[in-house]
Amino acid sequence: MEAGRSPNIEILSNADLLELSGKPGNFTAKLQIRPRYIDAEKCTACGLCTQYCPRHLVDQYNEGLAVTRPIHIDYPQAVPASYFIDPKGCLHLQHGTCQICVPVCRSKAIDFSQKPEAKELKIGAVIVAPGFGRISTDTLAKYSYGKHADVLTSLEFERLLCASGPFEGEVKCLTDHRHPKRIAFIQCVGSRDLGCDNGYCSSVCCMYAIKEALVAKEHDPEVEITIYYMDMRTQGKDFDLARLKAEAKGIKFVRARVADVMPWNKQLKLTYSLLDGTHHFEGFDMVVLSVGLDAPADAKNLANIAGFELNHYDFCQTETFAPLLTTKPGVFVAGAFQGPKDIPESVTQSSAAAGIASALIKKDRNKGYVVKSYPKERELTKDEEVRIGVFVCHCGINIGSVVDVPLVEQYTEGMEGVVYHAQSLYSCSQDAQEVIKQKIKEHNLNRVVVAACSPRTHEPLFQETLKDAGLNRCLFEMVNIRDQCSWVHATEPAAATAKSKDLVRMGIAKARHIKPLPEQTVPVISKALVLGGGIAGMTAALNLAEQGFHTTIVEKGETLGGHLQHLSYTLRGDNVAQQLKEVSDQVKKHKLIEVMTNTEVAEVSGFVGNFSSRLVTRKGKSAKESTLDHGVIIIATGGREHRPEKVLGNEIKYSNKIVTQAELEKRLAGKAKDRAPESTVMIQCAGSRGDDLAYCSKVCCNHAVKNALKIKELDSAAQVVVLYRDMRTYGYAEDAYREAREKGVVFIPYSMENKPKIAGSGKSLKVTFYDPILREEVTMTPELLTLSVGIVPEGTEELSKLLKVPVNQDKFYLEAHVKLRPVELPVSGVYVCGLAHSPKPVDEIVVQAQAAAAKAAMPLVKGHVSVEPTVSSVDKELCIGCGLCESLCPYQAIRVTKDESGKRKAETITASCKGCGICASHCPVFAISMGGFTDEQITAQIKAFGETGNKE
Amino acid sequence: MGQAKETKSGAVMVVGGGVAGVQAALDLTELGYYVYLVEKSAAIGGAMAQLDKTFPTNDCSL
Ligand SMILES: Cc1cc2nc3c(=O)[nH]c(=O)nc-3n(C[C@H](O)[C@H](O)[C@H](O)COP(=O)(O)OP(=O)(O)OC[C@H]3O[C@@H](n4cnc5c(N)ncnc54)[C@H](O)[C@@H]3O)c2cc1C
Ligand code: SF4
Ligand code: SF4
Repeated sequence: MEAGRSPNIEILSNADLLELSGKPGNFTAKLQIRPRYIDAEKCTACGLCTQYCPRHLVDQYNEGLAVTRPIHIDYPQAVPASYFIDPKGCLHLQHGTCQICVPVCRSKAIDFSQKPEAKELKIGAVIVAPGFGRISTDTLAKYSYGKHADVLTSLEFERLLCASGPFEGEVKCLTDHRHPKRIAFIQCVGSRDLGCDNGYCSSVCCMYAIKEALVAKEHDPEVEITIYYMDMRTQGKDFDLARLKAEAKGIKFVRARVADVMPWNKQLKLTYSLLDGTHHFEGFDMVVLSVGLDAPADAKNLANIAGFELNHYDFCQTETFAPLLTTKPGVFVAGAFQGPKDIPESVTQSSAAAGIASALIKKDRNKGYVVKSYPKERELTKDEEVRIGVFVCHCGINIGSVVDVPLVEQYTEGMEGVVYHAQSLYSCSQDAQEVIKQKIKEHNLNRVVVAACSPRTHEPLFQETLKDAGLNRCLFEMVNIRDQCSWVHATEPAAATAKSKDLVRMGIAKARHIKPLPEQTVPVISKALVLGGGIAGMTAALNLAEQGFHTTIVEKGETLGGHLQHLSYTLRGDNVAQQLKEVSDQVKKHKLIEVMTNTEVAEVSGFVGNFSSRLVTRKGKSAKESTLDHGVIIIATGGREHRPEKVLGNEIKYSNKIVTQAELEKRLAGKAKDRAPESTVMIQCAGSRGDDLAYCSKVCCNHAVKNALKIKELDSAAQVVVLYRDMRTYGYAEDAYREAREKGVVFIPYSMENKPKIAGSGKSLKVTFYDPILREEVTMTPELLTLSVGIVPEGTEELSKLLKVPVNQDKFYLEAHVKLRPVELPVSGVYVCGLAHSPKPVDEIVVQAQAAAAKAAMPLVKGHVSVEPTVSSVDKELCIGCGLCESLCPYQAIRVTKDESGKRKAETITASCKGCGICASHCPVFAISMGGFTDEQITAQIKAFGETGNKE
Repeated sequence: MGQAKETKSGAVMVVGGGVAGVQAALDLTELGYYVYLVEKSAAIGGAMAQLDKTFPTNDCSL
């Protein structure tokens, strides 16, 4: 993980926060660091100690499904990559005996004299992200969990599926190791259940159950899987597609409540009841409990220490319009502790919280920041002789126990260009870096080849060493003889050694041709452009301005506020108009924000750091043009209500009898005496989820519950019937859904095979639907029919073309990486938030806008964008200007322009290039080469494979 | 108990080293701040490190 390498992140693991004092901008934190009993600096993570340790310990990392030893590491890629001793199981720490491990460790890292250490930190802001806790085993007991080994939690099942898990990824029953033929998933275990005090919906379990079921099917296509659920809450962007895929793969979904699970011969008997009240049972080999996310076990303690409040479920207390502020100023929250959520949303909150913290302490920006300095880079002279140094790594026993490392090292002797070669026990260790630096000087090396593990994790480290030694970092070549030799050929040492020789020979052949590449940086205009002045755009602009960056909001309408101007109250009772006014007042008052209403962008040119936009402002019939130079763009152009003409096959004529939820809300917020209709039928997914729009609009279930509750508040005798497919009141909205049912709102599911029918209008309006409880068709003549229509994005087609950014099949912008880069677009310097990204409720929009602002601030903070040297470059002589590359580049990083003589030639926009190589591989005249992967270098490498070298 | 005092201005403390805490830490460094990432267990990663593949992209989790 990247965090382990940053010079600006100090990881304090095994640490407890004991005290927090001071005020925003100036806190003092007291910590206690518990001993690991292993010196993390010395530990090389070889694993020898675990092999010698005589004690067994239940492996928590594998959810108790495996055993480990008190001295261990959870997983090989753990950060810090150091073993530790769990004092609970250690013979020495418990009884003063043993100490077998101490002499075993070759790096002398084991140190039983370590004591707890106190540490005091001065900090400006705090972000709490303690995640979620486990549902108590008492709650699981009714499903025979703990009594029968084949009843698992979803987390345990996740470990079974995992290649690093107890059976190396094979799904086996824990009782007798047979492969299960039939698996059941039970949803909402420990969620939506007041019995265990968790009234909320955990939001992620429907989706992960589908994921786990699909992966299990992949492992064994024969396995039969049934998911028992109340509502399938796959409301996230594109999540419904996964459900359809699961159905297509034969995974069964049954809407039912599971009463219990009992052992039944070799199997488990699962008893459930359907909506119509009938009871059934079925046998399974394995039952997976889709456990919810509980509040973290020490939430209360942390809240006490840090001084903020918790909500009634012991998660962090926050507000709709300030979702990441705890009740303690200067302490912010992110992740599952803010409320159950998945990884994309957690990551979004983290960026947002970072941005808020950044705004709070901006005067101290860069004060504690560590900027590394390097000696001046030595320039290679034109025909300087190639002098390669080769380092072959044992990686403890990881490589050395399989590959004959000394033989591989000796093999390089006398190869063309090789002037130095050596072995090292751990070439990634700190002292090995010193050795490399020293050898570079001593032997005047100008190329370095390291044969060790994966460049993915270690290349940056060695490149850093080269820079420290005054060499260009591109004069480095890494050969992976661990993953590709000692790991995959663990049982054939001779073959592994031979292959290592081949790979090293090829690496050296390539190294002979590698060249220094310039470190490039492009200056950035320290200004932002925000498109759209709704809640998303305003929030983003405010955060950027508070971080100190000039921001222009371009709004095509007459006023700020966007879609929220049509809403009156939220599910949690916030006064929308008042909140909106507060935000827009702040925006208007802020010195660093310029608001341009009645304005649209007509043209955008440039690239990250250097955009230039042509803006058109209309006033009556006149139009005025202006240009704006800026470094980044945030798209917050929002969405609007979708008004389908046909709903579930029924023609719709909107009137005062047939309205949308937004219209009903307006009526309910009004002053009219009879504003609460006596009887209402609401139809969910009107136009969404495959009716007209393919996707779930995410907010309409909450909207319906909100309005239903409002009606009941105004007139408790009013009749409200909600026809739905799945009620997606995820998270805390589940409380409102429950309250609505308690207050007499009737919720009746419909299926796509049996859709509600709408007939007549005015007084003769009729709605007919199938009631699965009564098991018959019912016809109602309600005073009002309310359609829960969906949300469509606003004007994405034109704008996406203008900005050359992609949209998905539903016309929402397509982010760079759904999980890890949720607010960035593939084009550098362009970010997205709000309804333009996907439908979502206000609190999520606010977070996303803050996250987009944080991400957009990054290049502005730096003042430049640095470019990886491995970018494409065009040989203008060869280029025929065909433009194929421009049309293929996914990042808009190569374009065809006219040169001085008017000829069409391609050029790379280095600031945008990601080095993917698509252009180079498609250029018909081979005019494009990739830095670090030129044709010459790759050809040399391939040729070297065919040669057997100089020794055999 | 040993004592250590850190006096650095422009620093933020992140409590919890799961995917949320780690991302917050990384983003803070990109914004020009020094970060103390405080994790109560022996390694960072949180729940995500235990997951096999994660939706929506189903690539491996780390
Ligand atoms: C079975 C299962 C499957 C899932 N599958 C997916 C999936 O496929 N895709 C997806 O997007 N999401 C999935 N999720 C949800 C995902 O796990 C969460 O969204 C994510 O882990 C939340 O990250 P976090 O950093 O907020 O919390 P966590 O991952 O819980 O991390 C919190 C960290 O904080 C530490 N900590 C706690 N208290 C303190 C304290 N007082 N001081 C210091 N440190 C502390 C903990 O040790 C931990 O390391 C799944 C969840 C489950 C249960
Ligand atoms: S001293 Fe503890 S950790 Fe070391 S080998 Fe013995 S039991 Fe294991
Ligand atoms: S009504 Fe809206 S939120 Fe509810 S399931 Fe249908 S589309 Fe999704």
